[in-house]
Amino acid sequence: MTVLVAIWDFVVGDDWRTAAGVVVAISATAALQGAGVTAWWLIPLAVLALLVRSLLVAARRG
Amino acid sequence: MSMSAAEFGLALSVFLACTVEAVEALTIVLAVGTVRSWRSSLYGVGAATLALAVLVAALGPALSAIPIGALRVIVGGLLLVFGLQWLRKAILRAAGLKALHDELGNFAEETERARLAGADPGPRDAFDGYAFTVSLKAVLLEGLEVVFIVLTFGANQHRVGLAAIAAALAVLLVTAVGFAVRAPLARVPENAMKFAVGIMLTSFGAFWSAEGAGSHWPGGDAALLVIIPVLALASLAMVGTLRRAPAVAR
Repeated sequence: MTVLVAIWDFVVGDDWRTAAGVVVAISATAALQGAGVTAWWLIPLAVLALLVRSLLVAARRG
Repeated sequence: MSMSAAEFGLALSVFLACTVEAVEALTIVLAVGTVRSWRSSLYGVGAATLALAVLVAALGPALSAIPIGALRVIVGGLLLVFGLQWLRKAILRAAGLKALHDELGNFAEETERARLAGADPGPRDAFDGYAFTVSLKAVLLEGLEVVFIVLTFGANQHRVGLAAIAAALAVLLVTAVGFAVRAPLARVPENAMKFAVGIMLTSFGAFWSAEGAGSHWPGGDAALLVIIPVLALASLAMVGTLRRAPAVAR
């Protein structure tokens, strides 16, 4: 259990919402591609949105 | 032997990441080495380096055996999560919303802690458990991030060897300079390097995870030459915005 917590802290850090956003973005890209829609643009947009959100949250926290 | 742009990006990212982590570990090793025992500190460094090398040697081939599509999704996703963490912290530091790493301050703190810890280390050639443990822990903890980057980046391009060489060169360089000056490397632009590593990890993570999810980038690998500068410019713009709008922090 301690090892799992350590791995979680190491990879995900203190902002699990960013990690969840990355998983959603990759899954949505795969789903769109599977439906025949070109979706290479989705992950870069998601990255920018996640970064801005995470910065604003961290900045407000101070 | 020629190197592709992606391989150069891999080597550069690993080199920068490893340099930053090695500078941080060096500060601690120098502090306990100076106050307690050089020999025991270096034994700790050696033991940790060996453990990290074994980790790379064991996990590298295992990761490389995963089918490329699945590997790109897993590794791309991990690099994205990891890279966004590095980038967020570097942007916050550059904007003045998070304290910069202070190697001289850390050195003073570690030196004081080593002085206060336990009994006198004894004769110069006696084994000092404190110096050994602290040095081992410092190198192991800082090194794990490098191992993660070496493995993910390296396995994805089937160039774990190249990544490991870049990491080893960074360690050798930092060690040589650190022991030559016998002081923490406080003038290394750590945050600028972390910023660059964050950009590279996030860019490669976005590129590979999209490919793993079935997308094809316009221009193929050349898309990275657009993703990296666009993300860098956007990140610099975020630094500027956060600097100009300190009210956001309150």
